[in-house]
Parts: sequence; structure tokens; C-alpha cells
Amino acid sequence: MLPQVPIAAYLILAAVLFSTGVAAFLIKRNLITIFMSIELMLNAVNLTFVAFAHMWHQVSGQIFVFFVMVVAAAEAAVGLAIIIAIFRTRETLNVDQIDLMKS
Amino acid sequence: MPSASMISDYLWLIPLVPFAGFLINGTVGRKFPRPLISAVALLCTAIPAAIVAWLWIVMKAEGAPEVLRVVSQPWIAITGLQIDFALTVDHLTLIMLGVVTGVGFLIHVYSVGYMAHEEGYWRFFAYLNLFMFFMLVLVLAESFLLLFVGWEGVGLASYLLIGFYFTKDSAANAGKKAFIVNRIGDFGFLLAMFLLVREFGSLDFSHIFQAISVNPGWNGGILTAIALLLVLGAAGKSAQIPLYVWLPDAMEGPTPVSALIHAATMVTAGIYMVARCHVLFDRSPYALGVVAIIGAATAIFAACIGMVQHDIKRVLAYSTVSQLGYMFLACGVGAYTAGIFHLLTHAFFKALLFLSAGSVIHALSGEQDMRKMGGLRKRIPVTFWTMTMGVFAISGIPPLAGFFSKDEILYQAFVSNNPLGKLLWLVGLITAGMTSFYMFRLWFKTFFGPEHFEERTDLHDHGAAVHTHSGSHAVMVVDPEDNHTHGVHESPAIMTVPLAILALLSIIGGWVGVPAAMGGHNEIEHFLDPVFSTGAAVEAASTSHGSELGLAVVSVLVALAGLGIAYLFYYKKPGTAAALAAKMPALYNLVDHKFYIDEIYGALIVSPLLMFSRLFLGGIIDGGIVNGSGAAAGATTRGFSSLVRRVQSGNIRSYAGWLALGAAAVLLVMIFGRSIWMH
Repeated sequence: MLPQVPIAAYLILAAVLFSTGVAAFLIKRNLITIFMSIELMLNAVNLTFVAFAHMWHQVSGQIFVFFVMVVAAAEAAVGLAIIIAIFRTRETLNVDQIDLMKS
Repeated sequence: MPSASMISDYLWLIPLVPFAGFLINGTVGRKFPRPLISAVALLCTAIPAAIVAWLWIVMKAEGAPEVLRVVSQPWIAITGLQIDFALTVDHLTLIMLGVVTGVGFLIHVYSVGYMAHEEGYWRFFAYLNLFMFFMLVLVLAESFLLLFVGWEGVGLASYLLIGFYFTKDSAANAGKKAFIVNRIGDFGFLLAMFLLVREFGSLDFSHIFQAISVNPGWNGGILTAIALLLVLGAAGKSAQIPLYVWLPDAMEGPTPVSALIHAATMVTAGIYMVARCHVLFDRSPYALGVVAIIGAATAIFAACIGMVQHDIKRVLAYSTVSQLGYMFLACGVGAYTAGIFHLLTHAFFKALLFLSAGSVIHALSGEQDMRKMGGLRKRIPVTFWTMTMGVFAISGIPPLAGFFSKDEILYQAFVSNNPLGKLLWLVGLITAGMTSFYMFRLWFKTFFGPEHFEERTDLHDHGAAVHTHSGSHAVMVVDPEDNHTHGVHESPAIMTVPLAILALLSIIGGWVGVPAAMGGHNEIEHFLDPVFSTGAAVEAASTSHGSELGLAVVSVLVALAGLGIAYLFYYKKPGTAAALAAKMPALYNLVDHKFYIDEIYGALIVSPLLMFSRLFLGGIIDGGIVNGSGAAAGATTRGFSSLVRRVQSGNIRSYAGWLALGAAAVLLVMIFGRSIWMH
């Protein structure tokens, strides 16, 4: 029997991962990096879901994780398509240069 | 014989056809050739005139109803008040319809000749038709509200027509003046309508008059208030003291307009309204007294001013004010029939006088000053003879039209049970003398004596010597075959034929009202009996035929005296008037400046109002509060939005930052907030 890892450790790791994702999202200019940081945030959330599911012996948290992964996969497909389309038309992935909606 | 119900199907056409004429000429008339414009305008006046003639025949026939009503769907229907869109024709309406369409048509015909060389031909005829439309609505209306629609409408049309030469300042101002002064009267009319709604819950004539007549004990009180407010309205429209000031200025419009306003439409509206509401007025001796006094005072006051005017049209304008005073006087002593009779004859001879004056002005290429006329008798014989008929008719020389109607009014005033009756009669008599004097003064100065005019060879721009100032006629359509541009000339047939018809009417028009004392049987009185019988008809039986004849002789003598003095002053010894004026400079100046009424109005009302408007309304309210608050609201919004605008950067990372910040804030509140709220 392995020693129990306390739930707090999982949560702290998830918080660190999420914050890293947020920070990268805010700081990075490359659209693909930003995209990856979103995935990072999603995974951080998934980690908390799994940790809590194990803790409470509930399966619903794990089901949520599947939903999130499905949505993330779909999002990745659509998002990459959009990124390619943007790169073709504007020949850059720097978000500061593709802010067309700016008032 | 067509039945009455058949006729009522066509009743709507009477006002609507002129309106159609207005629409056609007013919208696409600009592109029409002039003959087409005239054709549309004349046709749209002739059709209602024909319908009225038909109506006349039917209503005169045996078995025809005395009152014809056409009711459409309810016009306004709210709780406690329902007003129908209804037209009504009774004998009073019929006379008015005859005057408006008949005289109106002749004026239209004349205008074709008179305006032939003017700019804005299509506009002029569109306005004329509009005038006819509103006047016919006014006359046909079965409720105060519909009457008010026509009432306001003729005000609008007069504004447009008086200001026809709108590039000229004085014409534009005269139009505004007419409109504003009328507005004061309309205010009274509106208040009267509000009171009527409050008291009767209706604005229908038949309903209201029925309600009054079933309450024989109902006198004075609120009825006096309503009647007095109506008098205010009538004074505005019919140019009585104190609201007469707009009418002389209305001379700025083209001459046919003056004829239309003064003879057939607009100013007669007040008389018509008082006569129409006679049931109401009969219940209020005070209101009737006010009407009579206003009428008599206006009659003599305007006659005074008329005696010293030099502008031929202004003499006629003051004469109209004075004659309207006569009609008011008649209504005020309860002799509504006499008032309407005078309205009828006045329509004939005043239209004639104005149109003849227009012909004189036309002959002299726009000259209106009588001092620059004289000796025109031989030069324009047709105009001379027709105008002579008008002058004799208005002066009350028997057996022309004006004699019978004026005499009827004087007689009714004399025998009325009004305590001031005799005084009113005396005022009326003096006015009659003055009328005769100033009309013959005009006649002698224009047609007799040495010639004072210059033969002009310049362009034909009558209607106003006026235009030369404004330059509005720089572009003038001149017919190359037109020999009118040379010297003094008689008017073309299209102008003289209406003159001749009106002259004939001025001669025989009075014969419908020859009183029994002179061997007639006063047809107009019997004709109007169905309308006025419900009122307190003035009983003529109280005096003998002898006194009626005696009074008639007196008034004829007074008229002849006026003629004699005018003959002496302006024909025999032309310097007399000037010498007399020089002897009494104070009095002469007072009258010459129209008793300074315009100046008094200016000092008492206009300039304080202007000062108040400029300083208080313009400076503080408009400049300070209105503009200030607008500017302040603008500045505040701009300042605030310049802050908020920064949030909307379009930068996805800043949005995400805000989102994260918000999520963190929510988390913080959820974690720590609970403990804060708990304690």
C-alpha cells in the first residue's frame, strides 16, 4: 500500500498549472503558444476533477473529465483550422497584429 | 326633381374639388403651362359652384328638407365625447356657399388676367383653391371642431397669400402679422370649445343648440363666457377692435387676394360664426351688447382712418373693417338676417371695388397712391363704370345693393330693445356718411380732375410697385405680343367681364331684401326664417312703416351729404381738404397715423415681449439652461466614455486578463466574503 498523497498536493499542483496557463495566455504573443496555454488550463482543471472524484469516491468528476477532453479535442481541431486560416491570410501569428476587431 | 339624399351624396364634393385643385396645382403645377394651371383652378372652383347652384334649386323646391346633413364615420370618439365628420346645409349655409363659390369663382377668373405676368402663377392658384377649400369646410361644418379646422385653414391660406411676394419684407411681415393676430382670436375660440365640451359634452351645433333651446330659463352665466370667447375669435377673424390691425396690412398680397379675403372668405367667417351661434348669443344679453358695441366702434373708427388714407387699396381695407363692424352691429342687436344680408351685398360690391382697384393699379403699372392718379375716367372707361357702381353701392345710394342692407341694419339698430339702440343707430349713421365721403373721395381722386400719373413704359409689374425693391421679378415672363407694357390701358376682357358681372350684382343684389315698407317683401328674411326663427327675432311690427321710411330718407340724405362734401373737397375746390388738414394738424396727424394703434401695440406688447424673449428666454433659458445642460450632458458622457473606452482595446490578452482578474475576485469573495458577511 503506497502512502496516501494528500488532496492538497493535487490541488496545489493544479493551481500552479492553471496559473502557469493563465500567465502564458497573458504574456505570450504567439497564437499557438496561447492555444497551448489554454490546454494547460483545461488539464489543470481536469486534475482537480480527478482528485476530487477519487477523494469522494464519485464517478461524476471523471465523467466531467471526459467531457472536457472531448470538447478540448474538438476545440483543438477547430482552433488549429482557424490558426491556419489566419496565418494564410495575414502571414503572422502575432496576436498584436491580428486585432482587427479593435475599436 | 332630384331627391335630397341624392344631393347629399355630392355634398362632399363641394369642399373636396377645390382641394383636389390645390393638390394638382400645388404639386405638379410648376411644370404646367399657364393655361392648364388656370383651367385646373377654374374648373375646381366652377364645379362646387355648379353643385351649390343645384343645391339651391333643390332646397328652394317644395318638399325639400330645410336642413341637409351628411354624417361620416365618427371622427373623434373618446369617452364622453363623440364628434362626427359631418357636413350640414341649411339656408344660412346656402347663402354663404353661394357667396363663397360664386364670388370666389369670379375672383378666380379675374386672377387669370391679373396674374398673367407674375412669377409663381401655379403657386398662386394652388393657394386660391386651398382658400376656397377651407372656407367651404368652415361654412359646411356641422360641429365647432370642423368649423375650427376651416377657421384655421383660412388663416393659413391667408398667410400664404398675403405673403405671396415673400421675397419682400413687408409682405412677409404682413403675412406673419395676420397669422399671429388671428392666433389670439383662435385662442378665444379654443377656450370656448373647451367650455362647450365641459358643459354639453359635445361640439355638434345641433346637439348644443337643442340643449340650449330645451332650457328656456338658461341665461347668462357660462353661456356669456362661451359667447364672449367666441366674440374674441370672431374679432380676430373678422378684424374687429382690438384685433383689426392685420387687415390693412394684408394689402401686401396681390389684389385678387384682397378681394377674396375681404369679400367672399375669411373675414366673413366671424359674422357667419356669430350668426350660426345665434341661439347661444340670444341667451346672453351681455355678449350681444359687446358684439354690438365692438361693431359700432369698429365701424366708425375704421371709417375715420379710411378718410385720410392715400393708398387706394388701404382705403378699401379700412372700408372693409368698417363694413364688418356694421355686420357685427347687426348681429349685436339680434338682427342676424340683416347682418347676413349685408354680408351678401358687401361680398358683391367689395369684390367689385377691389377688383376694380386692381384694374386701376394694373392700368398704372403698379401705382397704388391716389395722389398719383386722377383723370382716369376717359382712359379706362370700363373700370370706371364698374367701379362707379361699387362706389355708389357701398355708399348707400338707392336703389343699389348697399342701400338696402345698410338701411336694414340701421333700422334694426334703431328699433332694437338694446338700451343703446339709438346711440348705435347714430354711430352707424355717422359712419354711413363717412363711408360715402371716403368712397367718393377715392372716386374723385382716381377718375376725375387733372392727371397726376406718369405714362410708364417700363415692364408690366403691377401687383406692386413693390417688386422693384425686392427684385423678385427680375425674371419676368413677357409675352412678345403683349402691348400692355405701354402706358395706361384698359384691362383685358378676362378681367373686365367679372367686373361687369359683379357690377350687375352690386346693382340688383339688394333687391332680395327690399323691406315691406318700400313695397318689397324682404325675401332674404323669409329665406332665412328657418334658421333664425328659433332666436329672438327682432319684431319690426313695433314701429310703423312710416318711421322705417323716415329713417331710410335720413340715411340717404347722409350718404348724399358725404357725396357732396367729397365733391366739394376733391373736385370743385381740390385744395380744401389739404387746407382743412393744415388747420387742425394735431387731429389730422392722429388720424393719418391710424390713431397710432400700431405704435401702441408695438410699445405695449411687441417690444416688451421682444425684450423678455431676448434677455430672459434667449439669454438665460436658451443660452444658459438649454444650451448649458446640453453641453454639460455631452461633456459628462464624453469624459466617462473616454474612461470606459480604454477597456475595449480589442486585445484578446487584455480581455483574458480582465476575465482572470474577475474570476479571482469572485473566488476571493467566495472564500473570504462569507466570513465577512457572517460577522
